[in-house]
Amino acid sequence: MPHVADALTAETIRIAGHDGDEIGAYLAEPIGDGPFGGVVVIHHMPGWDRWSKEVTRTFAAAGYLAICPNLHEREGKGAGPDDSAAAVRAAGGVPDERLVGDVDAAAHDLRSLPSSNGKLGVIGYCSGGRQSFLAACKLPFDAAVDCYGAGVVGTPPPQAPFTFVPLIGLSPDLSCPLLGLFGAEDRFPSPDQTAELDAELTRLGKAHEFHTYDGAGHAFFCVDRPSYRVEPALDGWARIWEWFGRHLSS
Amino acid sequence: MCTYQTEIVAVQGSGKGVATWFPVTTATVYFDHPQHAAAEHTLNVDFLNPERGPTARLAVELTAASARALAEAILASLPPD
Repeated sequence: MPHVADALTAETIRIAGHDGDEIGAYLAEPIGDGPFGGVVVIHHMPGWDRWSKEVTRTFAAAGYLAICPNLHEREGKGAGPDDSAAAVRAAGGVPDERLVGDVDAAAHDLRSLPSSNGKLGVIGYCSGGRQSFLAACKLPFDAAVDCYGAGVVGTPPPQAPFTFVPLIGLSPDLSCPLLGLFGAEDRFPSPDQTAELDAELTRLGKAHEFHTYDGAGHAFFCVDRPSYRVEPALDGWARIWEWFGRHLSS
Repeated sequence: MCTYQTEIVAVQGSGKGVATWFPVTTATVYFDHPQHAAAEHTLNVDFLNPERGPTARLAVELTAASARALAEAILASLPPD
């Protein structure tokens, strides 16, 4: 059955995350036989919330298998996304090693779906932007997108969580082309920091494409927050579709 | 911006959640994105009791001006050490 635009199914499943820990993951699939590319969606710092699941469904509506693991489940223990995010913050953040394990598990689940074409991308927002870069350096992906992830470059600020270590040193291991979408008014990451990453990836010959939007700060994709900026968000989505269309097609 | 910076303070006292009072043992303070307030950034305080789980939380999100006014009011209300 061919895929009909916008037709999808979505549900919460349980997956075996890092160290075999069972965690929730929101899975959205286009209706149809495929084959479809897949996208692991890494949620933002406010948690595994309604917007993150809406983003996951957006990928399925566009013809991608998409999964968004709940990175805060262990600390959240069944609480809502806001309480879970607060518990994670108080605990010092999501450990990098655990993040990689959880994303690896989600990627494995996507690849094992019968309608998968075997191609897989990763995208993350806010803290998930940093984690998308981390996952793309530690795991095999076909394309990655970093949406305003802080902490890839630069010295961690005072009182930063213990998990907030710079990642630019991992750049030689970047496994796939990277699309970066940033706000010119953002301070974390600042335009100087994203320019430094841009220069390092260029030096290493790593395929990448960065866009920094005037009039936008952090979290400009979030439609349910005052930080939303419609023009950068619409342009950013267009670039995401072009990026994944180029790198995740059969 | 997303600051990630968090002050964590051990505290003693009580807070009242949706259901009941509970002992408060930890406070986190951070200037970052709010969950609910209609501002891009707010001064957020979580009064927590981690031993009772993540729902043992009193949360406030205040504009910077409100937070400063509150901090001054708290200091003005306290007796000298």
